[in-house]
Amino acid sequence: MSKQFPADQAPVSAGPIPTGPVPPAHWAASYEEEPTQASAPPQANGMTALKPFGWAKDNLFNTPLNTVLTLACLGLLWLVVPPAANWLLLKASWSGSSEACREAAGACWSVIVVKHRLIFFGTYPYDEQWRPFLACALFVAMLGASGVRAFWRPWLAGAWALTLVGMGVLMWGGVAGLSYVPNDRWGGLPITLMLSVFSIAIAFPLSILLALGRQSSLPAIRTFCVGFIETMRGVPLVSVLFMASVMFPLFLPEGVTVDKLLRALAGMTLFTAAYLAEAVRGGLQAIPKGQYEAADALGLSYWQKTVLIVLPQALRIVIPPIVNQFISAFKDTSLVTIVGLYDLLTAATVATTDPEWRPYFAEVYVFAGLMFWIFCFSMSRYSQWLERLANRYTRR
Amino acid sequence: MTENAIIELRKVGKWYNSYHALRDVSISIKKGEKVVVCGPSGSGKSTMIRCINRLEAHQTGHIIVDGIELTDDVKAVEKIRRKVGMVFQNFNLFPHLTVLQNLTLAPIWVRGMAKSEIEEIAMMYLKRVRIPDQAHKFPGQLSGGQQQRVAIARALCMRPEIMLFDEPTSALDPEMVKEVLDVMTELAGEGMTMVCVTHEMGFARQVADSIVFMAEGSIIESGSPAEFFENPKSERTRQFLGQILEH
Repeated sequence: MSKQFPADQAPVSAGPIPTGPVPPAHWAASYEEEPTQASAPPQANGMTALKPFGWAKDNLFNTPLNTVLTLACLGLLWLVVPPAANWLLLKASWSGSSEACREAAGACWSVIVVKHRLIFFGTYPYDEQWRPFLACALFVAMLGASGVRAFWRPWLAGAWALTLVGMGVLMWGGVAGLSYVPNDRWGGLPITLMLSVFSIAIAFPLSILLALGRQSSLPAIRTFCVGFIETMRGVPLVSVLFMASVMFPLFLPEGVTVDKLLRALAGMTLFTAAYLAEAVRGGLQAIPKGQYEAADALGLSYWQKTVLIVLPQALRIVIPPIVNQFISAFKDTSLVTIVGLYDLLTAATVATTDPEWRPYFAEVYVFAGLMFWIFCFSMSRYSQWLERLANRYTRR
Repeated sequence: MTENAIIELRKVGKWYNSYHALRDVSISIKKGEKVVVCGPSGSGKSTMIRCINRLEAHQTGHIIVDGIELTDDVKAVEKIRRKVGMVFQNFNLFPHLTVLQNLTLAPIWVRGMAKSEIEEIAMMYLKRVRIPDQAHKFPGQLSGGQQQRVAIARALCMRPEIMLFDEPTSALDPEMVKEVLDVMTELAGEGMTMVCVTHEMGFARQVADSIVFMAEGSIIESGSPAEFFENPKSERTRQFLGQILEH
């Protein structure tokens, strides 16, 4: 190992540069970056081995208060982590009957093994459950693909049209030798996914129109948009869903019925749109007046200005609050249970009503929570990537 | 007033609520004429120039640009905006578009030009403002002087008959003022009709056919640069020139 010199002492010898082992450049660099103290000895090499301890000393034990807090946190972790790990994994029972679970000290994951089809697909006919499975797989695959930049091409719209038709055929059936399954028998994951994705997909463009309308110079449009947004934001989603499913049919002429699922979808869409509209409005207000003026001066029409100049900038700014609303809307789908629809969480609740497995409701809810978490966390991570992409060049 | 005026303001008045921003402003500008508008801040010079392409609406009097009167009629306003290019103090480039996209956007959407055709023209204008190598950068990556030259090129891509400049060098660092003024001087040499609000008196002396001095929303006096600088008529003008030429 070559001996390290501080930078100012190194080239003392005259003559040709020594050809011996030259320390790699990053050593010097890391030496420079090391937070050296004035009295530190020049042989900083020994420090690297102690780095984790050094880091801990600098950051966790640097003051008496921090030392106390660090110890308290460690104590808390010691209290929480081992029992949690034991219950969740180490002492859990992974298969077998409910009797086996009664003897195990940990979680009873067998309940998921036994009940997973009820949780995922609700009351969909048992022998046909490959159909919602396939529909969900197709749907999730398309959602994933739509997030990939290389696929942002016109054919993606065509692929989506095909996917939706395919999902409709799979879920409803009635054609191609598939038995007909009315949508009041759908349940579980397909309901959660479809309600959330469709309501978000329809609410998003609607929210842009509402936000633009709220800033319109035409009083009628502005009043309508403000009234709509404030009404929707002023009532709980539960009451909107009740309105949509119980009261709305009363207004319809006799004989005319609108599907329950569709009514819930409409309620969720309008509710989400109102909240999204306020997020979008925040973006619109962040666009400097000069951008509007430059677009006006170039002769762009209102819609050209809005679509080409204002929205691309405004929407970039509000990616975080918009995704926040998306995540919120995704989780809110579990409220459709109050109008008698079986989303993932409701289906999970139904699964816990089996007397044999009733003691293990906690496991079922942990599992349902995990499902929600997977989708929400994916959205959150995706939005972070999207934000970086959108802001790569346009920092002002 | 003159027959061959391309811009004509007749007794134009404008209020912001109770604040009287323009008081009976009348001015007539011929095709190819270069007019520099100066005056203390709050004198209404920016308001006047912004009325010419109706970024601001006047309330009394008449504004006629190339034979079209500016009214609430949106079609007339759109027609005039196609003929009138504008350069702003703060550049107002579109930060989410590249330099080239900034230049081609309006010609493609407003004039309906083919992308390949306008891109060629845009590159020619970028060469003229001496930044063709920045075509694929984003505005945020350019210096202020470069951004303002892009803004000039963007306006020129619409093939305007009139160019309005609203304090084009006021937001620039001193060392970048010259590169922008050079481009403007060159443009003046090509016969463009120009109305320019600026405090650059050297530029005014060199380029302007006439100088308009405004204060408190009125035109105090106007005349050729020689008259204006050597023999100002009003006390208010002398006072202003004294302040601005001191340093």
